[in-house]
Amino acid sequence: MKLTGAEIFIECLKREGVKTVFALPGGVVLKIFDTLHQQKDVEVILTRHEQGAGHMAEGYAKATGKAGVCLVTSGPGMTNVITALADAYMDSVPLVCFSGQVPTNLIGNDAFQEADNVGLSRPCTKYNFLVKDVNDLAGTIKEAFYIATTGRPGPVLVDIPKDVSMAKAEFTYPNAVSIRGYNPTYDGNKWQIKQAAEAIMKAKKPILYVGGGVVFSGASQELLELAEMTQIPVDMTLMGLGVFPGEHPLSMGMLGMHGTYQANMAMHYSDLVIAIGARFDDRVTGKVSEFCPHAKVIHVDIDPTSIRKNIHVDIPIVGDCKTVLRELNQILRATVNGEQKDLRKPWWDQIREWQQAHPLTYQQEKDGPIKPQQVVKRLYELTKDRDPIVATDVGQHQMWAAQYFKLAKPNRWLTSGGLGTMGFGFPAAMGAQAAFRDRLVLCIAGDGSVQMNMQEMATAVVSKLPVKIIILNNGFHGMVRQWQDLFYEGRYASSYLDTTPDFVKLAEAYGAVGLRVKKVGDLDAVLKEALATDKPVIVDVPTYPYENCYPMIPAGGCNHEMILEDPPELKKKQSGSTKVTPEDKDTVLTA
Amino acid sequence: MEHIISVTVENKFGVLSRVAGLFSGRGFNIESLSVAPTLDPSMSQMTIVTSGDERIIEQIVKQLNKLIDVIKVVDLNETEFVSRETAIIKVHTKDQDRAEALRIVDIFRANVIDSTPTTYTIEVSGDPKKIEAIINLLQPLGIKDLVRTGRVAVAREPVRSAAVQAKKVVRE
Ligand SMILES: Cc1cc2nc3c(=O)[nH]c(=O)nc-3n(C[C@H](O)[C@H](O)[C@H](O)COP(=O)(O)OP(=O)(O)OC[C@H]3O[C@@H](n4cnc5c(N)ncnc54)[C@H](O)[C@@H]3O)c2cc1C
Ligand SMILES: Cc1ncc(C[n+]2csc(CCOP(=O)(O)OP(=O)(O)O)c2C)c(N)n1
Ligand SMILES: [Mg+2]
Repeated sequence: MKLTGAEIFIECLKREGVKTVFALPGGVVLKIFDTLHQQKDVEVILTRHEQGAGHMAEGYAKATGKAGVCLVTSGPGMTNVITALADAYMDSVPLVCFSGQVPTNLIGNDAFQEADNVGLSRPCTKYNFLVKDVNDLAGTIKEAFYIATTGRPGPVLVDIPKDVSMAKAEFTYPNAVSIRGYNPTYDGNKWQIKQAAEAIMKAKKPILYVGGGVVFSGASQELLELAEMTQIPVDMTLMGLGVFPGEHPLSMGMLGMHGTYQANMAMHYSDLVIAIGARFDDRVTGKVSEFCPHAKVIHVDIDPTSIRKNIHVDIPIVGDCKTVLRELNQILRATVNGEQKDLRKPWWDQIREWQQAHPLTYQQEKDGPIKPQQVVKRLYELTKDRDPIVATDVGQHQMWAAQYFKLAKPNRWLTSGGLGTMGFGFPAAMGAQAAFRDRLVLCIAGDGSVQMNMQEMATAVVSKLPVKIIILNNGFHGMVRQWQDLFYEGRYASSYLDTTPDFVKLAEAYGAVGLRVKKVGDLDAVLKEALATDKPVIVDVPTYPYENCYPMIPAGGCNHEMILEDPPELKKKQSGSTKVTPEDKDTVLTA
Repeated sequence: MEHIISVTVENKFGVLSRVAGLFSGRGFNIESLSVAPTLDPSMSQMTIVTSGDERIIEQIVKQLNKLIDVIKVVDLNETEFVSRETAIIKVHTKDQDRAEALRIVDIFRANVIDSTPTTYTIEVSGDPKKIEAIINLLQPLGIKDLVRTGRVAVAREPVRSAAVQAKKVVRE
């Protein structure tokens, strides 16, 4: 029997196990929407902006490990989703985005709402397709899912002209895909793995540096075995949080620009860096020429371009984390004995010293302004038994969330690392909630970022996605203000946001619940009230506006040279002020 | 250092822009690029002349390999190779210059492929040095137009002579 392109599209989604599509309609995709409307297998979540649809698909993907799917119209629908594609590309998120295109006979004519979708998305997708013939549609969709989810995952775009969605073809879904130019390597080179095992046995000061690759590989268990067996401390990147239990005694927490003191010191002074599914981003390496000056480097990554892109690697292993770690653990299991423990005792003594010297700290006074760290800490303590999924926006609040929310498992952390997209958190949380309707999904947001996709509150209310947004409301683009305080002599150029909107009223206007924490003593009660609500909630928490996030390695700085607290002149300036002073307003207004 | 990279790609629309976009997006340098179908019409052969230090060339090769439409990448500098470029040069030729032009054509084993009373159109192939040399000699006559194909190259078949093998051992 012949099916229309739109019907083929849906049959393919079903074959790929897709339950949810985040979408917003328009002229050239109406046939697809009309067909979706007449079936029950694939749910459509109508978003209020295509960027929201894209981030929801990302949140869905990060939480489930499967490809997220979004559907947008041509022209402005496509241009709106670009930010989400670029975000997914930087953070290796498997995503399949379907875009509508003008009919094939009009392509290139500057037709109404025409855009060169393939051209626009080329630099921010792993691959993209324009389907010109309905007979190619099923095969193309199969390839799209295959490319998005294998090797180093990433976003793939499938551009479907209107006439292709309407034309008919015989439907057959290919069982397998073979693309001659695309053969990701999963098995690591055995010889190299043996070299790595030998280096690990000999190292006196080894450190594991693990990242997002471990999440998508599903290799947490293997990582835990490796770390425990060899007693090697574990540094996580921002994208890797959750792959190793945050409360585990071997966990050093996050490393990098706002990483913990011990994580960065251990990295800097180590003699063997074992990098697994992490890409030596500049927020981690700091000044490359002085990065890990004493260390040999082992690097396990599925993407050969990640290896030796930024730093020199002594033992490169191209392969999948899980497969490689299994092999590595097998060798080590036979060789590890008590000797390594003795060999590394001085190293552990040193690490414990670092930990005690400079743990993460902040000061919360009983009647003082609410400190953002306190909010994250209490939120963590109140929810950890419920195994929540935590999304963040971008800024200081994101870093505090990374420092104080100690996740125990992977696929619970939704954050934008590579692109650093403000407005990511709320829609990403919604995407995860759509995948897991019964779970607790939190979004730790900034007052600036959250406004970038606030319109999706309508989606959350209508589609019943009861995400809990906790806004750390400091009245500032706080991360920008921090840099201005440290590097621009405190001139707050365009970083002050003032106190509008009233987030409680805004939530209510959408039909959601709005709550506000007025003083630190109320924090627990209000958070508990929010957690007990079955609707989407905004908890507005006005926090101390001048709190800065430490430790901090200034951009291009050296990893062992962290700023650990406000410099004295800054402390004096901000002593006691809980509100933005008139002087600050002046600098804001005259800047 | 200059490298010649031979890239076998799918013969599909959009592939050239993926390759060109990779170079521009990552700030790699392209000195010349030539593309044409291979014997198998489903594939095209690109020859890219680029430059960079060892680390950059390693990234270029890896990034090219990562492109899904790229089937094979060979950095020809890792082997022995032969390369050629063709130039077509239109020169002004006043009476007394015509003989001079023909003499130059002869020396370089070039061909005159078109002629009018006041111009010759000359085709020449060879390595870049040869092309530069003929251009330099023709310049005084007045070059009206010049097009160059960019280089194409192919790896040398290994010859099993003792001399070649000895050389290899030394290099390793
Ligand atoms: C405001 C702000 C501050 C930041 N501060 C920090 C900071 O202090 N510390 C920090 O760490 N980051 C920080 N970041 C994030 C940073 O920019 C990078 O996004 C992050 O460091 C990259 O994490 P990653 O190395 O784990 O790589 P990812 O981007 O997660 O990449 C994963 C790597 O794993 C590989 N991979 C994928 N799948 C597999 C597989 N199956 N097997 C093997 N390998 C695989 C990929 O090829 C890739 O190389 C910050 C971001 C923002 C916005
Ligand atoms: C879309 C986008 N625009 C600009 C930036 C630059 N930027 C990074 S953090 C930040 C401030 C974020 O403010 P807020 O959400 O209130 O978080 P805070 O730092 O105050 O916790 C800005 C403007 C960005 N990351 N993303
Ligand atoms: Mg803020």
